[in-house]
Amino acid sequence: MTTRAFQKVYTKIDNITKATITLRATGVGNDELATVGDRLAQVVKIMGDKVTLQVFAGTEGLTTDTEVVFHGAPPMLRVSDALAGRFFNAYGEPLEGGEMIEGEAREIGGPTVNPYRRLQPSELIATGIAGIDLNNTIVSGQKIPFFADPDQPYNVVMADVALRAKADKIILGGMGLTNDDFLYFKQIFENAGALDRIVSFVNTTDNPPVERLLVPDMALTAAEYFAVDKGEKVLVLLTDMTLYADALAIVSNRMDQIPSKDSMPGSLYSDLAKIYEKAVQLPNGGSITIIAVTTLSGGDITHAIPDNTGYITEGQLFLRNDTDTGKVIVDPFRSLSRLKQLVIGKKTREDHPQVMNACVRLYADAANAKTKQENGFDLSDYDERALNFARDYSEKLLSIDVNIEIEQMLDIAWTLFAKYFSKGEVSIKQELAEKYWKA
Amino acid sequence: MKTLGRVNGIISNIVIAKVDGPVGQNEICHVYCGDIRMMAEVIKVIGDEAYVQVYDSTRGLKIGDKVEFEGHMLEATLAPGLLSRNYDGLQNDLEKMDGLFINRGSITDPIDFDAKWDFKPLAKAGDKVSAGDWLGEVKEQWVMHKIMVPFIMQGNYTVKSVVAAGEYKVTDTIAVVVDADNNEYNITMVQKWPVKQAIRCFSEKPRPSRVMETGVRAIDTFNPLAEGGTGFIPGPFGAGKTVLQHAISKQAEADVIIIVACGERANEVVEIFAEFPELVDPRTGHKLMERTIIICNTSNMPVAAREASVYTGMTIGEYYRSMGLKVLVMADSTSRWAQALREMSNRLEELPGQDAFPMDLSAVISNFYSRAGLVKLNNGEVGSVTFLGTVSPAGGNLKEPVTESTKKAARCFYALSQGRADSKRYPAIDPLESYSKYLEYPEVRSYLDEHIEKNWVDAVYAGKTVMQRGKEANDQINIVGDDGVPVEYHERFWKSELLDSVILQQDAFDDIDANCPIERQKMMYNMVLDICGKSFDLENFEVCSSFFKQLIYTFRQMNYSEWKSEQFESFRAQIEELVNSKLAK
Repeated sequence: MTTRAFQKVYTKIDNITKATITLRATGVGNDELATVGDRLAQVVKIMGDKVTLQVFAGTEGLTTDTEVVFHGAPPMLRVSDALAGRFFNAYGEPLEGGEMIEGEAREIGGPTVNPYRRLQPSELIATGIAGIDLNNTIVSGQKIPFFADPDQPYNVVMADVALRAKADKIILGGMGLTNDDFLYFKQIFENAGALDRIVSFVNTTDNPPVERLLVPDMALTAAEYFAVDKGEKVLVLLTDMTLYADALAIVSNRMDQIPSKDSMPGSLYSDLAKIYEKAVQLPNGGSITIIAVTTLSGGDITHAIPDNTGYITEGQLFLRNDTDTGKVIVDPFRSLSRLKQLVIGKKTREDHPQVMNACVRLYADAANAKTKQENGFDLSDYDERALNFARDYSEKLLSIDVNIEIEQMLDIAWTLFAKYFSKGEVSIKQELAEKYWKA
Repeated sequence: MKTLGRVNGIISNIVIAKVDGPVGQNEICHVYCGDIRMMAEVIKVIGDEAYVQVYDSTRGLKIGDKVEFEGHMLEATLAPGLLSRNYDGLQNDLEKMDGLFINRGSITDPIDFDAKWDFKPLAKAGDKVSAGDWLGEVKEQWVMHKIMVPFIMQGNYTVKSVVAAGEYKVTDTIAVVVDADNNEYNITMVQKWPVKQAIRCFSEKPRPSRVMETGVRAIDTFNPLAEGGTGFIPGPFGAGKTVLQHAISKQAEADVIIIVACGERANEVVEIFAEFPELVDPRTGHKLMERTIIICNTSNMPVAAREASVYTGMTIGEYYRSMGLKVLVMADSTSRWAQALREMSNRLEELPGQDAFPMDLSAVISNFYSRAGLVKLNNGEVGSVTFLGTVSPAGGNLKEPVTESTKKAARCFYALSQGRADSKRYPAIDPLESYSKYLEYPEVRSYLDEHIEKNWVDAVYAGKTVMQRGKEANDQINIVGDDGVPVEYHERFWKSELLDSVILQQDAFDDIDANCPIERQKMMYNMVLDICGKSFDLENFEVCSSFFKQLIYTFRQMNYSEWKSEQFESFRAQIEELVNSKLAK
């Protein structure tokens, strides 16, 4: 960035820590951006004339006489239709080295939508994956993360979901993305001929971790432009939010804040909520739906990051390797979509809620039977049938490589019920059973 | 003259202001960022520096910016016209705000100051009155809203005059009272009260004795909530806290319901906004929204106002209680409020307690819960505030500080269990962990004797024993195997399954099953308990399980059927027949 005329240049830094610098300056606003040498920094604390800045790229190599110039404004993103099809870094600068885009500069991390102006989400987002559409239906305006172990194919599933979801725009916020995964996303979007619908803000593992903190706000500012100004249905993909939270922890640690659970800052809940709550169904028909990834360590969901996320998001999707069928499935027990009640049986066939519950209940019976089997007990006839049902259910419905319509999913479920159980065992409202039972 | 200050430090939403005059702890002030005027509260004073928490984002704020101190604490505006409004945590009416976004410094009136109310006097000249006494009333929705001597007026007064019945604005003087020294005070229909202080204008606070019906079987039958009582619902995410709270807010037998959405998801509030104006309260035939006030500080709204929201809700609850009404205040979730306290305490660099929460967390929570209760007003009428909070324990661990502190303060404990939620047994209220202390109250026992049936509490304990024995039997079966235990063990287990499936589980999304009136609960519970008391002739465990599965299936259909309809009675007959076919000779 070039210095404008009359802009004051400070050349004496008092303190330098790993991530922050402190200097004496006046007339500085909170949250304002500054350039420190060739790096970007943001004001995080002001005490009298002492201003503390967080240097996104780290302070390595900075000297006490490095030039500091304040921009007089918080981080901004230029928004216009020209965003579509472009790749940006965490500061909103074009990655491929192209021209900066023209458009109105907007502050990122802007105000909250008045809850009274929101609409109740009611539009189903079909993905073709039964573990989602049948058991955990996603609705536009929802926010839902995948809880996955690092070795699971979450980015692949997320890309599939994004492309099938029929969104007007897909905004990818990549945080700590490996270069390989970044190229994968780029390629799969390109192959699908969808590049013109996609905007990406990417911080890869090559970039400094603290820069990641800007990515979700950049992505959501772009999303708000398309949803609010243009009335479009926008899908935002955020991967991986665990790495985002780790960056928060690094910053709070360097600011000498007292850590709470799992070394995370005490404000983790609010910090994450500020991002996820941008998901919204707007009165103009536009919407922002957020699908995120939170990687777990060893499947532990009691860790502060997945735990706080679970309390904020409207459900979560777990991926699991099913050892019986050798396929990756969406776990029916631990996954949940809180908004599914708004669409199932209303926008989908009337039997959807009951069929979904019956399937999961019978699958749970199979899990009990399996435990019995592993403990060396004899299986009853019912146990055997439940186990067979579970195998079919897993292969024909839960597996993520299945791509079918919801009605088809329901029909398959009824076929499986009739194949293995009596009506009493399936325990579905009588009038539905009479109508749909596959004799 | 107002005390003024200048910004001298900014750490996130904490601002340090150098002041030129006196400031009070918890005093409200306004911080000016350009032409934006943001509300803030003093939380610490050191020398001439006041530490204030700003109820908004401090982005762009600069050293030297103006701070104006208001000379009072955070207050709620109390007047006719509060019902069916949607407020933020500081009592700004969200509906009146312009635009899609909530811009910084947005302020709207909590009530409509121009509206006219049809006032009827209740007091007359010469009456001796004190704070909280009724001077008149207006009809607000279908509630008789009493106009009271303002709560801040200490001591005794004599009514000098009351206006005649007629239409008045809330700011019109409706009465004049005089104190012992003959000073006159004009009284209007609007008053203010500092939210962090309890309203204590009543003569006594007796122990709760009546039960508040919620239509949720696992609560009403198994662990009843007393009117004027307190309860809390801890549960890991996905266990159904919010669904349960919504069910209660729709069905509870209360005159006024105050829902505080504290640091939770906006879409959950939107659901209430969308549904409540449409839904009808079956007890009164009125729209649910007419008796509801929503205080909404969702998780992305300013953290500092989150703390204020629960106090604002409670204060409005106490106000309606003083009119002799039955009020239910619900807060989802009090953990978010505790987290807000933690964020503040952390920024003030206080020494932390467990999990970095402030040391006085436990005292703050129990102080808040103690504001609920049944009260006898000065005129002998009875009013109540029942408080039900949810807690979101970190990692689902019930040993964390917020849950532990709340357990000390609340009398009912509705533990939502992950295991039950995973197997879709909703509501996931754990039958063995949960309790209601009110079952131990002799007053409650005699109330239930009279209102449900004689010895009802004993029947409830009998049901709890069935659940306990069923669990023990199941543990045995899991250790030794189906064949390894006598068939009685299976029978015992399946009886607990019957009770669980028919009484404890309830389909919140089914029009009929969602709300189960107490009459129906009584009948179903007695039917199930009767079966649990019988012995059956079941040759082996497979016969046993299929017999009970059939029974559960038929009972479920009964739960889905219209009360005492033909269908309902036919399922009942089927059950009877089924039971008789296997009765031990």
